[in-house]
Amino acid sequence: MAARGSEAGGDTELRRTPLHGLHRELGARFVPFAGYEMPVQYPTGVLREHRHTREAASLFDVSHMGQAFVIGPDHGAAAAALEALVPGDVARLGRGRVRYTVLLNDAGGIIDDIMVTRSASEADDGALFLVLNAARREVDLPHIARALPAGVTVAPARARALIALQGPRAADVLARHCGDLSDLGFMSAGSAMIAGADCHLSRSGYTGEDGFEISVDAGRAEAVARVLLGEDEVAPAGLGARDTLRLEAGLCLYGNDIDETTSPVEAGLGWVVARRRRAEGGFPGAGRILAELDRGPARLRVGLLPEGRAPARAGAAIMLGGREIGTVTSGGYGPTLNAPVAMGYVESRAAVAGTRVALVARGKSREAEVVELPLVAHRYHLQKS
Amino acid sequence: MSSVRFTEDHEYIRVDGDVGTIGITDYAQEQLGDVVFVEMPQVGKTVARGEEFAVVESVKAAGEVLAPVSGEVIEVNGALEEAPATVNEDAAGAGWIARIRISDRSELDDLMDAEGYAAFIRDLD
Repeated sequence: MAARGSEAGGDTELRRTPLHGLHRELGARFVPFAGYEMPVQYPTGVLREHRHTREAASLFDVSHMGQAFVIGPDHGAAAAALEALVPGDVARLGRGRVRYTVLLNDAGGIIDDIMVTRSASEADDGALFLVLNAARREVDLPHIARALPAGVTVAPARARALIALQGPRAADVLARHCGDLSDLGFMSAGSAMIAGADCHLSRSGYTGEDGFEISVDAGRAEAVARVLLGEDEVAPAGLGARDTLRLEAGLCLYGNDIDETTSPVEAGLGWVVARRRRAEGGFPGAGRILAELDRGPARLRVGLLPEGRAPARAGAAIMLGGREIGTVTSGGYGPTLNAPVAMGYVESRAAVAGTRVALVARGKSREAEVVELPLVAHRYHLQKS
Repeated sequence: MSSVRFTEDHEYIRVDGDVGTIGITDYAQEQLGDVVFVEMPQVGKTVARGEEFAVVESVKAAGEVLAPVSGEVIEVNGALEEAPATVNEDAAGAGWIARIRISDRSELDDLMDAEGYAAFIRDLD
């Protein structure tokens, strides 16, 4: 048996997260990912880990992700500096609010998709907390640093771990340790004590479920993970389940579904361009992006449901009427749908739910239907704010 | 008397006369993770040694099953269509993939026996 495709990695020494010993104890299988040795699955396997996340709560180690602070004299200065790089409205981001946005190049391509949090504490005003993709951190940080005006700096927060607790029971579990969280809505952040450790909580994630990302000092991360794993509802889950969950939730994987050639509008992320920024422009690639918002992009990211049982993988050609109209960018098996699932880019005229296409890989063709994303409905803790 | 031979790509072939039953090893299924689909060869197809003749798709990756020896496919395990996870549960038994009529039994001599394969995977870990 020969493995088809390969997981990202290299010959260089792999880094380990602060939870590496715990993963080993839990029987994880490791893979190289973005320069880190990361758990891809535990003995329960990807299918059960995926389903457990949708039914209860799973703990993911995402400490490989980049964490950094942009720091200015006040919120206005820090926000203005970041707004030169992203199309979001950072200036009007409220205290304790989290925003998904994209770092753009001058051609309107996506350098990275990132989370930006304005601290809930008035004392920290002027600090923006960023979570970056692991594989893009070394690109992002110099890119941000080069663009900052005098008085605003960017600094990595290296000695921190990031733990995601995801699933419909995540809030109940966490509340046992840090009190009621019903007032903390989706895309809000605050601080909390868990297992005696001062944690930064963000109600967000990468699974489509309610959940939290917990940023904590590297030295306290294992204690936090252990108390959460000690709860009946919580089981560990690896990168394998994280990928199937985000795929069903229609969320982009940087390097697969978005990269420096794709614009946010093509990626179906036009909503990251804030209303004020549409009117004012002033972000990299604004010419292309505003034109695409106005007239529609040439291609669009869509969901795909292949017929039959065989998964379609990234790289398969998408055909319509015998002509290639796009490419699958992520594909696999969706455990919640119990069927193959995929996403990819197609010419905009074919980006209509119900369009029948053919997916072709290695000379084999199979039918698929274009569908709207997400493939599995999101279940976030939405609140009026 | 049947005997089992193994490839370095983690296929096994259980030989009974001139018929060989082919599957992936327990080691391979564990590496691959939860199997969600097995693409079977056509009965009647002639395969050459080392040629791809089936694909085992897991939730993580796709593994190409290469023919351990040359021959003609005479039967496929239709039960895997409804229950692909059988490959995980019983790779060496009920999770077999296809049977072939072996065209050149001397090719079996190039494969490892159980002991040789056990040593081979021990060195991989």
